[in-house]
Amino acid sequence: MLDKELRSMIGDVKDGRMDRRAFIKRMAAVGLTAPLANQILALGGVAMAEGAQTYKPTKRGGGGALKLLWWQGPTLLNPHFATGTKDQDGSRLFYEPLACWDPDGNMKLVLAAEIPSIQNGGLAADGKSVTWKLKPGVKWHDGKPFTADDVVFNWEYARDPATSALTIATHRDITVEKVDDLTVRILFNKPTPFWADAFVGAPNTIIPKHLFADYKGSKSREAPTNLSPVGTGPYKFVEFKPGDLVRGQLNPDYHMPNRPYFDTVEMKGGGDAVSAARAVIQTGEYDFGWNIQVEDDVLLRLEKGGKGKTIYAVGGDTEFIALNFTDPNVEVDGERSSMKTKHPLFSDPAVRKALSMLVDRESIKKAIYGRAGRTTANFLNGPEKFVSKNTSWEFSIEKASKLLDDAGWKPGADGIREKDGKKLKLLYQTSINGPRQKTQAIVKQACQKAGIDVELKSVVASVFFSSDVANPDTYAHFYADLEMFQIPLSQPDPAQHMRRYLSTNVATKENKWQGTNFPRWVNKDYDAAIEAAESEMDPVKRAAHYIKANDLMFQDTVFIPAQHRLKVEAAANNLRPIISGWANETDNLHDWYREE
Amino acid sequence: MSQYVLRRLLIAIPSLLGISVVLFVVLALAPGDPFSELATNPNVPPEVQAALRAKFGLDDPIYLRYLHWLNAMLHGDWGFSFVSRMNVDTLILQRLPATLYVIGSAQILALLVAIPVGVYAATKPYSLFDQIANTLAFVGFSLPTFFTGILFILIFSVTLDWLPFVYTTDIKGTGIHWVLEMIRQAIMPVAVLGLFQAASMTRFVRSAMLDVIRLDYVTTARAKGLGQAKVIVKHVMRNAMIPVVTLIALQMPAVFGGAIVTEQIFRIPGIGSLLISSILSNDTPVVMAVTFVFACLVVLFNLIADVLYGWLDPRISLR
Repeated sequence: MLDKELRSMIGDVKDGRMDRRAFIKRMAAVGLTAPLANQILALGGVAMAEGAQTYKPTKRGGGGALKLLWWQGPTLLNPHFATGTKDQDGSRLFYEPLACWDPDGNMKLVLAAEIPSIQNGGLAADGKSVTWKLKPGVKWHDGKPFTADDVVFNWEYARDPATSALTIATHRDITVEKVDDLTVRILFNKPTPFWADAFVGAPNTIIPKHLFADYKGSKSREAPTNLSPVGTGPYKFVEFKPGDLVRGQLNPDYHMPNRPYFDTVEMKGGGDAVSAARAVIQTGEYDFGWNIQVEDDVLLRLEKGGKGKTIYAVGGDTEFIALNFTDPNVEVDGERSSMKTKHPLFSDPAVRKALSMLVDRESIKKAIYGRAGRTTANFLNGPEKFVSKNTSWEFSIEKASKLLDDAGWKPGADGIREKDGKKLKLLYQTSINGPRQKTQAIVKQACQKAGIDVELKSVVASVFFSSDVANPDTYAHFYADLEMFQIPLSQPDPAQHMRRYLSTNVATKENKWQGTNFPRWVNKDYDAAIEAAESEMDPVKRAAHYIKANDLMFQDTVFIPAQHRLKVEAAANNLRPIISGWANETDNLHDWYREE
Repeated sequence: MSQYVLRRLLIAIPSLLGISVVLFVVLALAPGDPFSELATNPNVPPEVQAALRAKFGLDDPIYLRYLHWLNAMLHGDWGFSFVSRMNVDTLILQRLPATLYVIGSAQILALLVAIPVGVYAATKPYSLFDQIANTLAFVGFSLPTFFTGILFILIFSVTLDWLPFVYTTDIKGTGIHWVLEMIRQAIMPVAVLGLFQAASMTRFVRSAMLDVIRLDYVTTARAKGLGQAKVIVKHVMRNAMIPVVTLIALQMPAVFGGAIVTEQIFRIPGIGSLLISSILSNDTPVVMAVTFVFACLVVLFNLIADVLYGWLDPRISLR
């Protein structure tokens, strides 16, 4: 979209000639997601909309018990130590952020009194600071007031390397200062287009200073409140058994009117996804089941005449097949997949293109993901404002064969194509996981028809995703030609996600395979696009840079996106949960209720 | 006697040390990393992961880590869970009641079924009762618990809607209501586990009884004019029980170790499910503690079995 046109549209919204919804729709049409469109408006001088309210109950409590089933139960309840979303989900029952994300990617106020915008002086025009006003009169569960000191403390706590908080990356490059008791300012050292990271969403909830001040730094693990949280949230802590159970009860002093609806909340852990779906959808023992990654036909069968249903939320999670740009079979200075090598087969772009045509995304959707998947040609599938419309995909064994024929890869005596003595034989690895292994089988079959021999390998998830330097089977070592998994997009912005593939971030022996660019793909134009995006304050130009970056990945076939995956949850028929594809499942828990 | 027990306890020390070395080395050499979940979390930079590894001492050489562990264990410190960031002993103690209750009840059920059925079947070998008992025993131990567990859930929870299949540790309510709920939710897991063990134990009791029942002294007892019940209980059973006691004693540690599969199916928060989730998340201190406690219990119950032999058969002298 033209810059000028956008400016005039923002002007229209400002003057009330165009409504916000129409603007967001137009933005979506050019590939910008709702959260981004909203941030564009915020930076363009139009206040960010608060998410729509659908909450109906007119009094606090009286809703009975809310029974949640998390088949991987939380193992700790300090958001700064959360190793996975399950721990953030558990902590979020008691702790709160300044704001959270609704299903459309709009910001929703929690502990903040207003959403920072240029008009209200919250956002600096140069993008180097944001000022949050806090809601007055909020109390911790022990009765102490919540103030700016608590917010500043969270920053000090998390940025101290001795605390070993997992939220350190969010906090170490910013400065947080107290303006007055109910105002904090976050200073960035460079223009930051996506300012809603620290203190926003379930991963960045706020813990009380008065209970954690003595346990900052190396004493962090001794804090008794690590296991018995005292927060500001809708539910007060009752009991916690790691991996098994988290229990809470209604907070009578909660700062939002008529909330929460439920008198008690219980989060039960353990078991597996299929039986969790059964307990919610079929027998109704539980109200809500988390992350129901179960084959669609099983879910459809359970839903027949059941007591619950599945619900879906669109986010930006892409299941992809990554191509290795280095040679995994040659060892140079004690490492395979070394940057000093080139992949013998993939250095021919025709092979990469042909491979992309051999991934039958429609069949993968039909046979495996069902309602929980969408086909896509893009690596970056959200937020929508960042999604490229310039790409397309097709599945055609004939075209792939022709492409390979034209490039000189001729079938040998055994039916496997070869050129200059190099055979098209590939090793394709993934983590052990039903849907992934089925996807492998579908791809292998198509490749075989086109004369490519594919060997499948699957590695236990705890090894595949580990940072173990000595283990050659991790995704970062990438001692294979192809590998498949997904990297979740945990906030409605692609910055962190796309940054991984800068050429300075390649994974090598030298950096102990900590580099995030595991395909070892090097492209100067991509680097330039990402660098430009990261300092671009104009949201439209910024989105354009990310779209360009995605298109460069598409042109080079760095990733073959197998599926854009949706979040799948199970809920009782009468429960009204609010689930956002951009946030943790419990991020909007204060607005859940039951329809009588 | 006391000298014998003391000597056995002293012998146990080097064997436990040996077990701990083997366990520790195997766990340390096993691939995987407790912080693997962080790898795909874009918010956590790799340096943070590396710092965590260093902080928890994962980069130290194995022998150093073992000595640290041993030293801490001798001081009563069972270690610190990487994943839950809490002490391992608290974690285990939290899981113990559910395991003792469910697995313990299952063992009792197994004994209550196996001993009478096995004994009765042995007194009338190849009778109709014996045939039926044998057939059922074969069926019982041929069906794995993950199969019977799901079958029970489908019948009693989904179709009939009689019993819950998610085990809850905090049942609301007090008094008789609480007791009834506790029993209700344990019926399925106890039945699944108990009947599975009863099946093989029945076969065992039967054959042990058959070995003894044909001996001359039994015929003598009968010739003296003693009643059938007295012969079976006082003369045959007491001698037949020696191998059975060995079997039971070796199964007792399992009561503490939990049952991994059954606990997983019914979501029982016991030691078994703690062990499996810790293995899956590479939470080595927890795995180490659970397996080591298990090893100690095996050694202890072996000793108890040996002592019991002396009581059952005074001819066995313990020196």
